[in-house]
Order: sequence, then structure tokens, then C-alpha cells
Amino acid sequence: MFPKPIEKSAPWVQTAYKLSLPIALILWLLPLIGIAMTSVRPAADLAAGNYFGMPSGFAGVENYSAVFKNSNIGYYILNSFKVTLPTVLFAVGLSCLSGFALAVYKFKSNLIVFFMFVAGNFVPFQILAIPVRDLSVQLGLYNTTMGLVMFHVAFQTGFCTLFMRNFIKSLPFALVESARVEGVSEFKIFWHIVLPLMRPAIAALSVLVFTFIWNDYFWATVMAQDASVKPVTAGMNELKGQYKVAWELISAASIIAALPPVAMFFLMQKHFIAGLTLGATKG
Amino acid sequence: MKYMKTLAGLALGLGLSASTAMAGEIVLNSDQTDPAPKKAMEELIAGFEKANPDVKVKWNNIDHEGYKAAIRNFLTADAPDVAAWYAGNRMAPFVKAGLFEDVSDVWKDNGLDEQLKSAAASMTIDGKKWGVPYTYYQWGIYYNKDVYKKVGVEPAKNWAEFVAGCEKFKAAGIDCLTTGTKALWPGAGIFDYIDMRTNGYEFHMDLTAGKVKWTDPKVKAAFAEWAKITPYISANAAAIDWQDAAALLSQGKAANYVMGNFAVDTFKKGGMTNDNLGFMLFPEITAGIPRAEEAPTDTFHIPSGAKNKADAKKFLAYLASADAQTAMNKTLGQLPVNNKATVGDDPFIQAGFKELSSAYALAQFFDRDAPADMAKAGMEGFQEFMAKPENIDAILARLQKVADKVYK
Amino acid sequence: MAQQAVRNSFWKTNQKALAPWLFLAPGMIMFLIYVIFPIIESIYISFFNWDGLAPAHISQLTSKEFVGLGNYRDLLDDDSFYTSLWNNLKWLVLYMLAVPIGLFVALFLNQKVPGIRLYKSLFFFPFVISQVVVGLLFSWFYAPGFGPLYAIIKSMTGSETAILASDTMATYGIILAGLWPQTAYCMILYLTGLNNINPEQVEAARMDGARGLTLLWNIILPQLRPATFIAIVVTVIGSLRSFDLVSIMTGGGPYGSTRVLSYFMFEQALSEYGTAMGYGAAIAFVLFAIMMIFISFFIYRMLQQERNS
Repeated sequence: MFPKPIEKSAPWVQTAYKLSLPIALILWLLPLIGIAMTSVRPAADLAAGNYFGMPSGFAGVENYSAVFKNSNIGYYILNSFKVTLPTVLFAVGLSCLSGFALAVYKFKSNLIVFFMFVAGNFVPFQILAIPVRDLSVQLGLYNTTMGLVMFHVAFQTGFCTLFMRNFIKSLPFALVESARVEGVSEFKIFWHIVLPLMRPAIAALSVLVFTFIWNDYFWATVMAQDASVKPVTAGMNELKGQYKVAWELISAASIIAALPPVAMFFLMQKHFIAGLTLGATKG
Repeated sequence: MKYMKTLAGLALGLGLSASTAMAGEIVLNSDQTDPAPKKAMEELIAGFEKANPDVKVKWNNIDHEGYKAAIRNFLTADAPDVAAWYAGNRMAPFVKAGLFEDVSDVWKDNGLDEQLKSAAASMTIDGKKWGVPYTYYQWGIYYNKDVYKKVGVEPAKNWAEFVAGCEKFKAAGIDCLTTGTKALWPGAGIFDYIDMRTNGYEFHMDLTAGKVKWTDPKVKAAFAEWAKITPYISANAAAIDWQDAAALLSQGKAANYVMGNFAVDTFKKGGMTNDNLGFMLFPEITAGIPRAEEAPTDTFHIPSGAKNKADAKKFLAYLASADAQTAMNKTLGQLPVNNKATVGDDPFIQAGFKELSSAYALAQFFDRDAPADMAKAGMEGFQEFMAKPENIDAILARLQKVADKVYK
Repeated sequence: MAQQAVRNSFWKTNQKALAPWLFLAPGMIMFLIYVIFPIIESIYISFFNWDGLAPAHISQLTSKEFVGLGNYRDLLDDDSFYTSLWNNLKWLVLYMLAVPIGLFVALFLNQKVPGIRLYKSLFFFPFVISQVVVGLLFSWFYAPGFGPLYAIIKSMTGSETAILASDTMATYGIILAGLWPQTAYCMILYLTGLNNINPEQVEAARMDGARGLTLLWNIILPQLRPATFIAIVVTVIGSLRSFDLVSIMTGGGPYGSTRVLSYFMFEQALSEYGTAMGYGAAIAFVLFAIMMIFISFFIYRMLQQERNS
């Protein structure tokens, strides 16, 4: 283990370490703590210049309900779910298929197709923006949830395929071979043999894609305009305009917007980290 | 492109479609997210639905800053039946691209040529009318009377007095002039006034129309006047929004603010009253130049892609009527365009009415008079100038470079 | 019936050759339509002068709008382009700090004391939050008048520094905000890497008297190479993709000094004051070309790995 395990150090070092942990954490999360405190501050505090002293009272209920009452944030959150959940379902589903194809079959253009997915996954959004917007306009999908979902599914398929393909490659190939010898059809091999083994990868990808899509801002700005379509990231920008100096409300809205991916992270932490760190250990 | 059609068919087959209006329903897109305009709009829609019980209005209220980008998209992609926009040059690109419907008939059938006469010119392109104006408002200097009294300064009658006053405010630790240019446009109000007061209305219009060069000595002369007050403008103006700057005025940390009348609402929310909030005309710079003012006009249009144009025209006719404009502008705290409508009795509205009806000419505002890309570059230049007046030559050279491209 | 049998046997014999393409088809078609084809289309648009209104669609562009390399020539004469490029370079270099800082934090947290798991998750927290929220958080942090950092600087030096209003500091202020989640990401990569280090090698090196930095440099870092590689790749890509923070925190201001290529493109082609689709496409292509350098390098590395395995 590196660095040296702390329990082998002198007792005072151990104590110092244990003390330094919470201090470091508070410093690290200072912006977040500040926003959380601001979100429960009475507006009077801010008017009186009490920005980071102790709040004079707890106004969390007022602030949070004010945000829900006077803004569209409830819709925005709902819109975000309407975009995010189908994207997760289809992006992960499609990439199970394509990942399987690239991992199990040897054919001439295998690597070319694979690298197309990998490279596409890294291109800047800006080079796609004008044509994708134009395409959506022509399909009647501009400013619809469906339009956002279609693009996100397509784009995420790149990353997800890379992920799935590498995951399936790490599974024992002998399973597929022996099934083939017994004459099991290719589709059944996928469905009955490989897919059940892919559960951890599916879980990991689902959380990751959820977070990516929930947090997307560029496409939310380019492809959505109505309050009935706008995801919460684009909606936040609007709230920022609406509330301007009312930082207690902006803070509360920020916390609300951040909550779903944060909850997802804490519930599925193991999968989340497994997904993010794929490739960080081998290679 | 064939695959697109196939996909389109597929999408339609799945029962997807954009926000289509039903018969007897009109879709209206606008950008009234601030409280007062939002309320005025709600009242307008309620009034219209009462007068036309067979028509329902589906209102998409889009955030003010985002709207200007959104309109380009929805006009081509998913046109509503009525859309909010602005008069003058700002509507020209949409008219030229064939995205707005000719509404000359609405004007003729409802006697608007007479009633909306003051705004007719700004709604006309190629001899046709392209929309209906419903409100306009004055710009000028809003000031904190308490601060003036405390420091012992009298409202300025000319530029020299104004600059001298700034000196006194500075000595008292108060920003003479405040502004918040994070969203860029507030700085343009200052420029428009200084240019119109230094060089006159015609010159200013020629500049925004690209007929005069930014490197013209007269432009430089206007910036030289501006330079006299840059040391007295709130520091950090570039990082704050106009509402933040309004708070500085309300709190007595700043004395003056070049703003539009919509800001009165914000000043009053910040604790100011009719007693200590003052309004004055922007002072004269070059003696003898006829006084022009900023008076942006807000309008509604029918996109050429609208599905229910018949009912949309009913809406425009209602919007143009004297009663509707009286009611709406009372809530907005602005001036009706219809000359049969009643002007509200709020002192600031009355002051604005007096200011504008006696003005030599009215400008729409820099970002409506100049083409969009020129406006953006210009307003960035103004922002930079206020922070670094010494960069003036580089700024003007850059603006001329942009102008060469824009007006090509 | 007979035909059915023929078809069946055709399927039986060719199943293995056809199956991959059937599995690939849905994902690949979507990817081609929404990613690969648009890249080509964008390059095509960059040769036109087009405002997105007339004609209404890409397919209707005619020779009337064709300007050849005109947009690229204009770019070379545009100060904003150089500002954006220069800022992109700042992002690229400074964003790299996330890698060593992430390693440092990972080393700090790689202990087995009670509650450490929770600490690790909480340190990772910033990465889960959207950049929009991160941007708002830091805007508040820097805000003139009441931001904590503003207050700290004021109490220490007495000067009133509004970081986001200063053309010299604003970009650094935004990058700092970006470093926060990016460091968390690098940290988690290294924590995973550290978990998988070969303990015997470490012990053997300790026996040989290797300590502290020498041990880290000679034994640990080589074993962390895969983690470092991924950390660098995601950090480079992240730095070039920086859009959200610039848009939320400054909108490219003050007076355009915090523009980066991604935001510049948005401003020119898709924003309130920008309608120049062809010009925007040209900017996007430059960004794409820069990104391709790194993508090619990444693909080359992966190709080598594929050959070795």
C-alpha cells in the first residue's frame, strides 16, 4: 500500500491525520457549503449584508417553496427526467448490441467501426451543432423532448459502445465458443449467455449516462426553447436571469437541480466509480 | 437528404409533432418574464379571450435574454401564430427572409394608420406594415435625490455641470454614474445619448446604419466626452447585472443611472419612492443640437409560418386598440403607442410622455438600430471603453473592422 | 416451403458473418446520422456565407452563398479568434493541474481509517454536480460586494477585486472553477489505480530503502500509468470542451476576454447576436482539428494496446 498506512505511524501523526480530514473536506466543499447555507438564509440577511455569518434564522422552507412556486423549476426537473431516462434506456440498450458485435466477432472492418465510435465520442459538440439543429428542424423534432433524446442516444452510443465492447472482451470467450459448438444461434448467445453477465456494466453505464445527460447544458440550450421542453440546466440559466440579486433563491434552485445526480451517485456509488475508472487499472 | 424524409415519416408515424395549435387557438411566444410585464401580458390575454370567446391563447413565455436567440429558431422551425419582437432595423432580417407576415390589412381595417401614426415609420419596410406596436418607454437619467441633497449637487443642466457634479460625488465616496454591463446592453444607452448629444440624431443614425466610419473624428469626439466621466462610473460594472447596479442607486452608493423607464419598478423594490427617485433628461453636450431621445418600441408580429393567421390578426387588432393599450401600459408603467389611449398618471410616465412628445427625433436603441453582430461588437467595445478608456483607438479600429464585414 | 428452407439454410451458413452487422445496425445508423454525417456537413457549411434564415436549410445552399475559404480568411483577421485560441491554450495548460492535484488528493485519502469511504465520496462530490451549478457557485464565490473570495481578498489586501470583471483575471477564475470537478475526477481515477497497486513490489522497494518521493516516482507512478493516461485524456478533452462555465460565469466577457473557441462558435452562429452559420462552422472546424490531434494520439495508443493483447 502507498502511501505508508497511517496506523503504522506515531500516534500523534494519526491524530493529526484524522483531524486534517474534516478540515480538508470543509475547505474542499466550501463553495458548496456556502451555497447550501445561502439557500436557507432569510432574504433579510442578504439585504443586511450578512452573507456568510450564521444565518439569522432558518428560511429553508420559505426559499425552497418560493422557488417551486414562482418558477418553472418543477417542470424543468420533470423535463430533465423525460430526456434523461429514455436516453439511458436506449443508449445502453443499443450499445449492448454494438458492443457485443465488436467484442465477439472478428470481421475486417471491426477496428475501423470501433474507432469510429471512439473518435466520435470525443469530438467537440460545436461541430455537430448546426447540422443537428437543422436536421431536427426538418424532422419536426426541434424543441421537443424527442429531439433531445434522439441526439443524446446517438452521441452516447459512442462512449457506451467503447465501454461495453471492452467489458465483453474481458469476459471469458470460451463461453461463446462452446455455445456455438452446441449450435446455439448468435442471437440466443447474446441474449442468454452474454447479456446476463453484462449486468454490472449496464448498471455502471446507466448511472454514468444519467449523470452526463442530466448535466448537459449545451444541447439543452441549442435544442430547447419552451418551458415545456427545457431541461433543468437550461432552466437554471433562465432562473439566474429571473432572480438576479436574489441569491438565496438561486442557491436553493442550484441545490434542487443538483440533487437527482447526487442521489444517483450515492445510491449507486460502486457502479458509478467502476464505470468512470474503467481502464484506469489495466492497459 | 432522402434519409431525412424517411426519418421524418417515422417520427410522424410515432405521433410526434411540435406544438401545433388547434383551431380557435393561437400560440403566442413572447419574453415577458419580469413581474410587471408578465402581469400585463396575463391581463392582455385575459382581455382578448373575453372579447373573443371562441379563441384561446396558448402562451409560451420565454426568458428575456434567451428569447432573442430562440426566435430565429422557432420562426423557421416551429412558428407560433404571434411573436413578440421589436420595431426598426431589428425586424428587418426577418422581414427580408420572408419570416414575418405582411399585416398592412390589420392596420387599414382598424384605422391604425391614424391611431398608431407615431410608430408607423418604424413598422414599415418596402411600404408594408410588418407588425403592431403596443408600448414604448423613455430612457434618461434616474437619480437618487437624497444623495444629491447630501452631497449638495443640483441636477445638471448641461454636460459641464454634470461632470462637475461627478467630481463632488467622487469626493463624497459615491459613484456618480452606475451601470451593470454584464449583459452588455446597458452600456449602449450611455453611448447612444453621448453620441446623439455630441453629434446629433442624424449622425448617430448614419453610424448605426454603417454610413459613417467608427474611426471618424466625430465618433472619437463623442468618446472624448464619455472619457470625462469614466473615472466616476462604478468599478466592476462589467461583472454585475443592471439590477445589481440599480441596487447601488437605491442604497445611495451611486447617484445617477442612465436607464429605461422599466427600471423604476426595480428602484422602488429597492426601497425608493416617488419622493427620492428623480428623473432628468440626459444633459446637453454640444449646444444647439436638437434633442433626440431613446424610445424603444415593443411590437407583436405574425410569423409567415403561423397556422392560425385569421385569429392571430384578431389578436393584433385587439392589441392595437386604445383600451387594450391603456390597460396594458398602466400595468407595464410605460407609454401606449395608440394616440387615443390614456397615458397613466404615474409621475415617471408623465415625465416620459413630456420628454418624448417634445423630442426632435426618437432612436430605438443601439442594439435595435444597428444590425445584431455590429451591436454585439459595439457593446463589447463600450464595456471595454468604460473599464479601459485608454484603449479607445484599438477599440474603434476593431469596430470599424467589424463594420466593414457587417455592412458589406 | 422449399423457399423457406433455402432461406433458413442461407441464414444458417451466413449467420456468423451477418450477425455482427445486425447487432451493429441500430447504434451505427444513429451514430452516422447524428455524429459522423454532421461533421462532414459542418465542414461543408464552413465554405458558405449563411445566416440560417435564407435559405432555411443546409440542403438549399447554392453557389450564391458559396465563399470558398472566405470564412477561414476572415478568422485569421479576427482578434476574437486569437483571444479564443489563446484562452484555449491557457485552459489546456492550467487544466492539466487537475492531474497532479488529483494524485495528491488521492494519496492523501488512500488510508484505512474509519469513515474514509465517506470522505472519498464527499471529495468526489463536485464531479457529480452539473457545470451550470458549479458556475453559479463560483460566480457567487467571486461576486463583487458579497462573494466570500471577494471579501477575503478585500480583508487581506484592501483592494476591491472583481475577478470576473477583470480582463486579465476572469479566465483564470473560470479555469479555477473548472479545476474543482476535474480534480475530483482525476482523484477517483488515481484512487482506483492505487487500489490495484502490486503490494509486493512496493514492499520489496521499501526493503531496498526506497522512501517517499523516490518510491512514488520509481515504483508507484509507473504502475499508475493507465490511470495517468486516462486522466490526461479526459482532462485534455474537458479543457477543449469548456463551454458551460464560460457561458454561465461571464458569457465570454468582460469585452470578450474569456472567449474560448467553443463559446466563440456558439456566439457567432447560435446566440442572440450571432447568425453567421458559415463562420461558426469554420470556428468549429478549427476546434475539431485541434481536438483531432489528441483523438488521433489516443486512438494510436489504443491501437497499440489492441495489437498487444
